[in-house]
Amino acid sequence: MATTTQRVTTTVATPERVRPARSLWGDAWYTFTRDRLAMMGLFVLAFLVLAVIIGPYLYTGTQLIDFARSLEGPSPEHLMGTDDLGRDLLGRVLNGGRISIAVGLTAVFIAITLGTTVGAIAGYFGKLDNPLMRITDLFLSLPVLPLLLVLVYLFRETLKAIFGPELGIFLMIVFVIGILNWMPVARLVRASFLSLKQKEFVEAARCVGDGDGRIIFRHILPNSLSPVLVAATIGVGGAILTESTLSFLGLGFPSDVPTWGRLLFDAGNFIDIAPHWVIFPGLCIFVIVLSINFVGDGLRDALDPRRKI
Amino acid sequence: MHYRRAIAGFGVAMLVAACGQPGPSGASPSAGGASATTAATTRGQGGDLKILYWQAPTILNAHQATGTKDADATRLVMEPMASFGKDGLPVANGLAAEIPTPANNGVTKDFKTVTWKLRSGVKWSDGTPFTAKDVAFTYKYQCTKETAASTFDRCDNVKSVEAKDDTTVVVTYTESQPFYYQWGVGGGSLILQEKQYTSCVGAAAKNCTADQKPIGTGPYKVDTFKPGDTVTYVMNENYRDAKKPYFKSVTFKGGGDAQASARASFQTGEADYAWNLQVDATVLRPMAQQSTLANLVTVYGSSVERILVNFSDPSPSLGDRRGEPDTKHPFFSDKAVRRALAMASDRGTVATRFYGDGLTGKPTCNILTAPEPMNSKASASFDVCKFDVAAANKELDSAGWVKGSDGVRAKGPIKLEITYSTTVNAVRQNVQNVMKQNWEQVGFKVTLKSVDAGVFFTNTSPDGANHFWTDVEMFTNSGDPDPTSYFNGWTCAQVTAKANNWNFGNYHRYCNKDFDAIVASLRTETDQNKRNDLATKANDLLLTDVVVIPLVNRTFATSGVSKSLKGVDPTPWDSEMWNIADWTK
Repeated sequence: MATTTQRVTTTVATPERVRPARSLWGDAWYTFTRDRLAMMGLFVLAFLVLAVIIGPYLYTGTQLIDFARSLEGPSPEHLMGTDDLGRDLLGRVLNGGRISIAVGLTAVFIAITLGTTVGAIAGYFGKLDNPLMRITDLFLSLPVLPLLLVLVYLFRETLKAIFGPELGIFLMIVFVIGILNWMPVARLVRASFLSLKQKEFVEAARCVGDGDGRIIFRHILPNSLSPVLVAATIGVGGAILTESTLSFLGLGFPSDVPTWGRLLFDAGNFIDIAPHWVIFPGLCIFVIVLSINFVGDGLRDALDPRRKI
Repeated sequence: MHYRRAIAGFGVAMLVAACGQPGPSGASPSAGGASATTAATTRGQGGDLKILYWQAPTILNAHQATGTKDADATRLVMEPMASFGKDGLPVANGLAAEIPTPANNGVTKDFKTVTWKLRSGVKWSDGTPFTAKDVAFTYKYQCTKETAASTFDRCDNVKSVEAKDDTTVVVTYTESQPFYYQWGVGGGSLILQEKQYTSCVGAAAKNCTADQKPIGTGPYKVDTFKPGDTVTYVMNENYRDAKKPYFKSVTFKGGGDAQASARASFQTGEADYAWNLQVDATVLRPMAQQSTLANLVTVYGSSVERILVNFSDPSPSLGDRRGEPDTKHPFFSDKAVRRALAMASDRGTVATRFYGDGLTGKPTCNILTAPEPMNSKASASFDVCKFDVAAANKELDSAGWVKGSDGVRAKGPIKLEITYSTTVNAVRQNVQNVMKQNWEQVGFKVTLKSVDAGVFFTNTSPDGANHFWTDVEMFTNSGDPDPTSYFNGWTCAQVTAKANNWNFGNYHRYCNKDFDAIVASLRTETDQNKRNDLATKANDLLLTDVVVIPLVNRTFATSGVSKSLKGVDPTPWDSEMWNIADWTK
């Protein structure tokens, strides 16, 4: 924040030094750094991501089952307390967070990419609109649980064989969550493409000879990003919880992999005798969803071509 | 049929269609209901009785039941000829006037013919008279194969059931049947009304409207039924005992989960009776102890949580041959490995921590725990029944399994890597974690797998217990008062395979001629003491050969019962609703 403050103060004195070059991304970053909530979100997110990447190497806690210390509350020895098998909760949260965060981000990335592609094509090319949207409707109307069962049975063994048991399950879960969440994004993107492609600036771009690709990527997509980003940030929390649902149904990671959703599920039964167990993983999910939301908000404002700087 | 019980899950068949402990030396059966508290009550004196099952009934016909919930919901309406009491012997609280025994000449000396005397003057809830013909018809319905009754196993060895006159029924067995109460007693033999079900025999049973609103002789009759939700009953004005039932109406509510049911019983008192409270003992114990509203009522029977060992090769690389009986498990074919696995299984901790040390289960190394004379005493001294990690390590060392740098033992290219599957359930996942830790200390590498109970207990899913495409699996099963059909599930003839559509009961693919011989003698032996010996012998053989690793003898009924509700007295061999006519407040 220090550098930005400096920038602001110098703005008044020597304006020509503040904005040496104007580029889309430079401007976006400049706007983004002005947004306090977004910056705070970014720091918290970065902290959490670093914590789960580096944390497990620095701290594992005691993960051996020991009933003598089961369900202990937070103490200097166990900062987040222990679970019913006497395992250190902080160690489990750090370890499981890797998977939860990775699943959340990757699954949403897949959903957004797929949804944006389908939505953009459907919205821009009128001929493809109807078939693509019917496919979207088809996906929306698919019953989720039977579909999950089918997907898991079809791909689990294959993926396990190719990528090994852990990466295989990870890819499968990420794929399954992604494939079930792209439809709303596709609809959003299509809707904004439909309205934007009639706008004067698109006509102008076409007049000066821009091709379809350039119009889509350069002119329409940046203008339709805001709803996508909002959907994405909300999707991350959803994906983390969906992963735990899958595990709960026995379709996801083995039960001894302590993803945040899994921890939350296990702890639910003990909420009145060991509240710390449910609070910490819950807090982690809450904080990461909140910070991603703030970052998303900031990004939306920053990337909006109609923003006022 | 296999009486398997999921701690949590949907549609798990657990019809307590049990049978009487047979034999001439058996004690004489008691008559009448178990409760004697009926002195001052009159019919319909109480208000509404609220029963809560976290699995909702979907059909009101015990013969088509997909789980305990259906059979129990039916029991309020329909009755068998007699119920099974706590000792496994019949209690004459049903349609029979008395229990036939060899002593009263109701059972012939060759154990082939059983003559039942029925109560006279009993009426169906629609006012028409009940006769022996209805009993004979029930047999026809249940034992016609096309009916596809879930109680069909009761028909095994039954030659005929005939109505001699209006109050006499003769059950004839093809072969000598030491276990002569198989047909007619307990939850698997509820009597249907011929008039109502006459068009529902055979394939027509599938779309039988009578299953939605059956007419019975029981204390209550169905008022409204919303499948998968709620059944409401009103008292049966035509019930044979003029003083019963005590309650004017019953609401049988389904849905939710075990945890919520426990709260509804112990903390809010919404339910007078809450079924199957399979909640972690750490949570359940304080809830039950602090409750001013309800008591935890349990009864021990033959339900044993066990770990099954696979004798076939479940490797996916075998393709179509996967898990076929003629394949051999890469390392469980070595008895030392099985023994080490058993010795590293800490049933004591599991029972203490997760089943509350007697609250909902106690440790056992016997696969047959009841009736008591058949509960093996010798097993306590078996080395495979003692938790001893050092001994397990030694066993594997001397068998030539060497620990690698990753801590996993191997012999040549074969590594001791096992997949351990069970149903999705908090308690079971905890047990898995404890087992994994101990087994990994011995040099196994354990991958845990949990499958939704609805999927696990089907013969169609590759993740199911029947396919058993993992190395070890864990669930609970229980038997009849007579263990013959229970032990039959480990004989060569019962080996499950693709050829029998994974319908047979020997999931292990275990085949041992010595064991088959014991079961064969059990089928024909009529002397009760010798039967007890045979049963314990069969039990001990399964343990020493480490076919199965029994862990916990679980309570058969685990119910939250309102402190004001009287007369609840569950038996381990019959429906929890077996004596609902005697319940009062």
